[in-house]
Amino acid sequence: MNGFEAERYELHATPTYRFVPDRRDFFKVIGGGLAVLLVLDASADAQESGGAGRRGGGGQAMPQEIGAWLHIAESGAITVYTGKVEMGQNIRTSLAQAVAEELHVSPSKITMVMGDTMLTPFDIGTVGSMTTPVMAPQLHKVAAAAREMLLDLAAQEWKADRASLSIEDGLVRNKASNKTLSFGELTKGQKLAKTITPDARVTPASEWKVAGHDMRKVNARSIVTGEEKYTSDMKLPGMMFGRVVRPSAFKSSLISADTKGAEQMPGVVPVHDGDFLGVACDDSAKLDAAAAAVKADWKTVPQTNSRELYGHLKSTAANAPAWQPIEGDTHAEATYNVAYIAHTPLEPRAAVAQWENGKLTVWTGTQRPFGVRTELAQAFGISEDKVRVLVPATGSGYGGKHTGECAVEAARLAKAAGRPVKLQWTREEEMTWAYFRPAGVIEVRSGARRDGTITNWQFHNYNSGGAALRSPYNIPNQIAEFHGSDSPLRQGSYRGLAASANHFARESHMDELARAAGVEPAAFRFKNASDPRLRAVIEAATERFRWGRAEDRAGQGFGMMAGFDKGGYVSACVELTVTNGAVRIDRIVQSFECGAIVNPDELRNQIAGGTMMGIGGALFEAVDFENGRILNPRLSKYRVPRFSDMPEIDVVLVDRKDLPSAGAGETPIVAVAPAVANAIFDATGQRLRSMPLKLS
Amino acid sequence: MDLVVNGARHRIQSDPDRTLLAVLRDELDLTGTKYGCGEGQCGACTVLLDGAPVRSCLTPAKAAQGKQIATIESLAQNGHLHPVQQAFIEADALQCGYCTSGMIMSSVGLLKKKPNPSDADIKSGLQGNVCRCGTYPRIVQAVRMAAKASNGRVA
Ligand code: FES
Ligand code: FES
Repeated sequence: MNGFEAERYELHATPTYRFVPDRRDFFKVIGGGLAVLLVLDASADAQESGGAGRRGGGGQAMPQEIGAWLHIAESGAITVYTGKVEMGQNIRTSLAQAVAEELHVSPSKITMVMGDTMLTPFDIGTVGSMTTPVMAPQLHKVAAAAREMLLDLAAQEWKADRASLSIEDGLVRNKASNKTLSFGELTKGQKLAKTITPDARVTPASEWKVAGHDMRKVNARSIVTGEEKYTSDMKLPGMMFGRVVRPSAFKSSLISADTKGAEQMPGVVPVHDGDFLGVACDDSAKLDAAAAAVKADWKTVPQTNSRELYGHLKSTAANAPAWQPIEGDTHAEATYNVAYIAHTPLEPRAAVAQWENGKLTVWTGTQRPFGVRTELAQAFGISEDKVRVLVPATGSGYGGKHTGECAVEAARLAKAAGRPVKLQWTREEEMTWAYFRPAGVIEVRSGARRDGTITNWQFHNYNSGGAALRSPYNIPNQIAEFHGSDSPLRQGSYRGLAASANHFARESHMDELARAAGVEPAAFRFKNASDPRLRAVIEAATERFRWGRAEDRAGQGFGMMAGFDKGGYVSACVELTVTNGAVRIDRIVQSFECGAIVNPDELRNQIAGGTMMGIGGALFEAVDFENGRILNPRLSKYRVPRFSDMPEIDVVLVDRKDLPSAGAGETPIVAVAPAVANAIFDATGQRLRSMPLKLS
Repeated sequence: MDLVVNGARHRIQSDPDRTLLAVLRDELDLTGTKYGCGEGQCGACTVLLDGAPVRSCLTPAKAAQGKQIATIESLAQNGHLHPVQQAFIEADALQCGYCTSGMIMSSVGLLKKKPNPSDADIKSGLQGNVCRCGTYPRIVQAVRMAAKASNGRVA
């Protein structure tokens, strides 16, 4: 298996500009002290310099690719700058733990500056579960280098042997003299910068004392007291409130607009610019009336409906699969469907925009602040250095907040109003005008020998994406292809998007083939799994579940799955009950292995959370649409998992201290649907091949 | 119109028909109470009216006149967290935290009515609150812990 497969639908924009910190400006902005910058380009030499910074010829001040940096101010305050953002995946805490581990200070002493395009290094986005495998090791390195620099400074100060010095609890200690120095005492009056490369040495995971251990969120207190400010909670002096006036269907163009009525309302600024229509109001109470006062005529076009979706995806595919003959004693063949679903973050997207002297600042909850900066610069025809994007606390994203439509809209309103504007999308807007997890059709044909050995596997995915497309089982004769189609709805990233669809089809089909071959499903998977990590998670889940050892009651069913995506191995066993066509999941045992564990309690929380979310996609969630209109853009019509859906969730962690850590925000979600589908079959004899799974 | 919010009387400029949620957030700057759906489906906007949880997105401000309105901002007293807030931290019952204010207010309301709830009571009591991050198991655990810590007496 070869590591990470790119998510086809991670919405990327190539950055045209990257933040290149000038060391002189750098200290001007952040003040003196000590800074360590991690250079991603391994060919650049590690350099050290004193004073205000070394500048090479031709203005080539600093290496181009900075991954992260850390600053210890003259006061001793420790600040870490990373372009990653916190959306509930707990990286504000886990990254602080990584730094704390190396610097030997409490994580609470570390300020994390995240996702601010002016202050933090360029980052492609908080996507694809890459924070833990990539950013955490980088911060370990940066912090380890800072620690060594502090020890050097202390050795100089005391004229002491460096070997007799250590750092404990944020103090440098001289064992010989029993003297201590605080970080601030050491960095006072300094302007020291060091660049390091990614091969710097760090503390091995097996010796971690802070990282790898449970820790409560660093900002938990401000969340439970309601003080945490999300974008939608912000208020700037003179700020107005915005609303976009939208057409009733997608693919509409504006024929004419009349904003006179709105213009006459006091404190209301209507905006009409191309196909964009909106209002800014000095009081949020005026929004409804002001938006209603804007009269618009739209022209739309006929569009595909959800009823015709799967046929449409197949008929518009770029190319048709080339099926090969199937060998083996037993054959199976089936088609699986996956519906569009909406991310439904509890905080609908919001943005606050402010223009000052031709410069634009936007606060918005996005997973890609630098990508949004590019969108803003392009939308307004200004250079990226005139745009700053900051990411406040965000009511999560799940892959749904990669784009900057709300930021662009807020900025457009603010420009016309000449004042800052806050735009908070309504729930309906969030579930209509953002983008969706791709729908898909997956066709599988397979063959097995009588003893359960898979001989042949052909897997064709239309539209739902290429991640985790190939089977992790040991199948020499395997074809797995992705076919792009015309998507009737705007689609994009989602937590484990393609992997969910591909695991649903693959692991449902594994059960179908196992049953066709007359082999017990768990034994069938073992028989065909040679990857020891895959076997280990299957063993862990089936053992905890006591797979095969429970008797079914009437209406009860058991199902299982296993899989691999984004560096994480997963296996799940499900127990459920079907009563009068209603499915109730009673118990899920999920085993998960993502290398060395960074924070076990949080990891369990992420896995349980992903599992709860996966129940929605497995059992209820589907976007219904007709002629360019979403028919269920509301929580009263779009059912998401609630307390009553909560099964007993038992997470078994397989810790591999010897392996690098992978992310866990996504992969656990893929486990739910196939294990549930297999359990429904076990309970009812009905094979459901369409997500969400609905018994007829 | 006057409203009594977190023990203090406020003269309200807004139209009395405006939702309590909008008045709290946009007029009184009490932004701990969140908007999630505007139709009573998610519970992010939950506040207590005379001790009972209500959805402020569906409550006209005038309906709260003469009642004690309590928002998340009122729970901690002199820097001391309320047992439910403490339990949410200890059980790590939050991820993005956007549902948390509403969850905590609903839980406080539940515990006032049922100081020693069973897990089934907790689940049904919080059924109207959505946590999209799926932290439900931790929230149940937190409410259980809070019930125990406050010994049948939830203020
Ligand atoms: S915002 Fe009031 S229930 Fe959702
Ligand atoms: S913690 Fe994110 S919605 Fe509950």
